Amino acid sequence: MKGMSLIVRTIANISFPFILIYGFYIIAHGHLTPGGGFQGGAVVASGLVLMLIAYNAEWISQRIKESHLSIFESLGALSFVLLAFLGIIFGTAFFSNFLVGTESLFGGIPLDGAANINTGGIIPLMNFAVGLKVIAGLFAIVYVMAHFISKKEGKIA
Amino acid sequence: MNKRDLLAYSFLTVFAVFTIFSMLSMHSFGVPDENAMDQYIIDNTVEETGASNGVTAVVFDYRGFDTLGEATVLFTAVAGVILVFRRLKK
Repeated sequence: MKGMSLIVRTIANISFPFILIYGFYIIAHGHLTPGGGFQGGAVVASGLVLMLIAYNAEWISQRIKESHLSIFESLGALSFVLLAFLGIIFGTAFFSNFLVGTESLFGGIPLDGAANINTGGIIPLMNFAVGLKVIAGLFAIVYVMAHFISKKEGKIA
Repeated sequence: MNKRDLLAYSFLTVFAVFTIFSMLSMHSFGVPDENAMDQYIIDNTVEETGASNGVTAVVFDYRGFDTLGEATVLFTAVAGVILVFRRLKK
């Protein structure tokens, strides 16, 4: 797996930051606009996969390690479950939205109908947790498969 | 036609008859018989969850367990793929 031509690499370099910004925008505005943690995480993971196929697996593995992806995915899953359990302690039940209606961050209620990012209670935090999990998880799948292919090609050639 | 084919054809006939009758008795599209839950979510989403996006409010608040299951499915899929594809060079 040698990577692709200079044209593809240049276009990937240009479009990569915009894909990341778009994906993180979808994650951060999950409680206001269509999308959320799963969708935005898939967009960000697609941008990372674009870099992986434009360059090659070794180039990516010098920058991101597979163990880091595992740690990030477990971190997202754990913070998601932890937020759900905090609902038992501070609220009424598992997954109860204990932040809504309070003075804390994300505690507002948009009764006037305007889209305000400082609303939603624990929903934005859960979007971030699921987004982190989906980014690391989907990219880890492609990463491991790309390394498998590059090792196989090296053995044959 | 042997015994197993006869069993299969009779099962398929019964299944098709039940499917067709249940299709005929379906309510029309977009007009649910029981809409108390839908109307409750439409009326109370903003006050109860503070989220302007009703779909995300359902996914992450009203049906949090469903999202937890989805996340678990993704976690299991990633774990399986990594288990299959790593350390095969030896």
